[in-house]
Amino acid sequence: MSNTIIKVENISKQYRLGQVGRKSLNQDINRWWHLVRGKEDPYLKIGQENDRTKKGTSEYVWALQGINFEVKQGEVLGIIGRNGAGKSTLLKLLSKVTAPTTGEIKIKGRIASLLEVGTGFHPDLSGRDNIYLNGAILGMTKKEITSKFDEIVDFAGVERYIDTPVKRYSSGMYVRLAFAVAAHLEPEILIVDEVLAVGDAEFQKKCLGKMKDVSNKEGRTILFVSHNLQAISQICNKGLLLKNGMVKLTADVTTCIATYLEGSRSSEVHFTEADTRDDKYSFITDVALLVNGVIAGVAGIENEITIEITYVNKKDNRVLNLSVSVFDAKGVYAFSTPSSEKKYSLHPHAAGTYKGRLTIPANLFNSGNYYFNILLVENGRTVLTELESIIMVEMHANNVDTSNYYGYWGGVLRPQTKWQVDKIK
Amino acid sequence: MPGIPIIDNNNWTEVITPRKKLLDIKLREVWHYRDLVLLFVKRDMAAQYKQTVLGPVWYVIQPIFTTIVFFFVFNKVAGIDTKPVPPPVFYMSSITIWNYFSTCFTATSGVFVANASIFGKVYFPRLVLPISVIISNMVKFGIQLCLLVIVILYFLFIDKNSYPYFSYHFGPHLLLLPVIILAMAGLGLGGGIIISSVTTKYRDFTVLVTFGMQLMMYISPVPYPFKYVALKHPQYQTLLLSNPLSSLIEGFRYAILGEGTISVGWFIYSCAFTLFTLFIGILIFSKVERTFMDTV
Repeated sequence: MSNTIIKVENISKQYRLGQVGRKSLNQDINRWWHLVRGKEDPYLKIGQENDRTKKGTSEYVWALQGINFEVKQGEVLGIIGRNGAGKSTLLKLLSKVTAPTTGEIKIKGRIASLLEVGTGFHPDLSGRDNIYLNGAILGMTKKEITSKFDEIVDFAGVERYIDTPVKRYSSGMYVRLAFAVAAHLEPEILIVDEVLAVGDAEFQKKCLGKMKDVSNKEGRTILFVSHNLQAISQICNKGLLLKNGMVKLTADVTTCIATYLEGSRSSEVHFTEADTRDDKYSFITDVALLVNGVIAGVAGIENEITIEITYVNKKDNRVLNLSVSVFDAKGVYAFSTPSSEKKYSLHPHAAGTYKGRLTIPANLFNSGNYYFNILLVENGRTVLTELESIIMVEMHANNVDTSNYYGYWGGVLRPQTKWQVDKIK
Repeated sequence: MPGIPIIDNNNWTEVITPRKKLLDIKLREVWHYRDLVLLFVKRDMAAQYKQTVLGPVWYVIQPIFTTIVFFFVFNKVAGIDTKPVPPPVFYMSSITIWNYFSTCFTATSGVFVANASIFGKVYFPRLVLPISVIISNMVKFGIQLCLLVIVILYFLFIDKNSYPYFSYHFGPHLLLLPVIILAMAGLGLGGGIIISSVTTKYRDFTVLVTFGMQLMMYISPVPYPFKYVALKHPQYQTLLLSNPLSSLIEGFRYAILGEGTISVGWFIYSCAFTLFTLFIGILIFSKVERTFMDTV
């Protein structure tokens, strides 16, 4: 017998869009009537794949469709995919928060899920009480928690505050305590979703280290979802790539990340009027990447790169600005640059179509692929649209002076710097 | 009904499927989470006292004030006779058991919606929460029961002149008390989780519960003794008794005071009704709990 610890067979999850009301009551009665007569659920046949950018015709969508995969003991599986690809839904099914529409999941051993740190923390209770409450919610018995109590407090570093209500904690302490409880669970399978989005850099490092320990030394299985590709590539050894609710690839984590980033490879994107949008009045219609004034996906590092973003505003007096974030091929956040020109970025827009141009100076990028996230922001605060890894560029260092060194030039960026060496004695 | 362990060739400890068998109620799993039940009780109690000056004293003030109002309205104005029980003792015992039922019912009926944020993030047997609600209400009930005992002692030993007809006899009727408390808890829990299961998608029932509870009190022998109806309006006797709460409330006063009119047949009817409601409630709850996060 193999040491398969999780086996997912043909899992699907259907959701109904729209409001609950008389129409949904009719559908519920119809579904119930079909089941009473021993017929199949009529709404399972319809439903469309979950592509949020297209306006669908059906009220039913498949958040997940026909998912099959296996996880072996001790594996650390990184689940990647864009927003809405079904990552969180999959974790919810695995952690039994909700049941699948079809299919079967078979599990060996105890599962603990960490879909959010501090679930069930009560602000009025002390740190001590919350450790017990949170631990019990996550499935530990009182005895188990007592035996780990000192370790948890130590890991979180909140000893002095342990009898103070957690509402007096700083947000950092709160998160540290919450993660500490979860990290000291001893399940065979640990499910982790985006917890690393919180806490400071040092604590994130500690969390990653703890997760590595849990898998390497104790042989536990971890399923990890994060947008932080760097964290995924660091701790995971296997990858699962989801796209629009379907498995696109199961492979080692490096291949999965590469395929994921490759999938977003394009240098020009148009959105049509029929696309559904996050915001009714202001949205991005075109994004293009230009090298030497021509739309291109490849550039030399000595080239200037221009990104053109066209957006439409249908409501007068909105203060809109654009922002671009740049990631390297490993998902490392290189830098971000909000629009800073004086005419529109800080002032109300009249209704109309606008085009923003961002010029990134030559001799800044290293060789390799770079991915761009583009945001349309209102009043400098509210994100109206976020296009993740919407365009990419492949940078080459063929035409630059490499000072007699031909190996890989490390680092996220490779800016042109000024050196001077003088003989002083 | 402990769940039957699934024996699979591959030794899977758990198989998650879209639907489960009708009678697959995991009471053993709830037992495993018993520490969590107690911690939730502790959380409820602690959270309720926080940032109030009087704290748990509120548990006592509420029945005292209600007793005063009932005494005035039903005894003085409407002239409903409660003999041989002094009116303050009568109303306070009615209110104590009624509050217990109504808080159990209302709190469990909102359990899915109120705890959606926890339920959406982590799995534990959902039944843990309604059970913890029942237990924390039982603590509150215990405090009010102590108050009732104090009031009874007051009229027996200190203020003997106001109600000279009042006397107290210890007897086997006291043995009925735990049965009635459990039956009330069961009826509140059963009815509450049925409502909480249907409100996950359609919130209409929340509205129904709010005013339904008020009406329910008047069609149960809370503000008047059953004997009053039996003597003055015998044609409504059967109608009143068909309300399963009637025998339980009248039975509570009988259990505490040794005075009251209950018939064995109708009392068994109430207990059977309670068991039935509880069974149906757990059945519906365990069906809904699997997917309610999608619609709540």
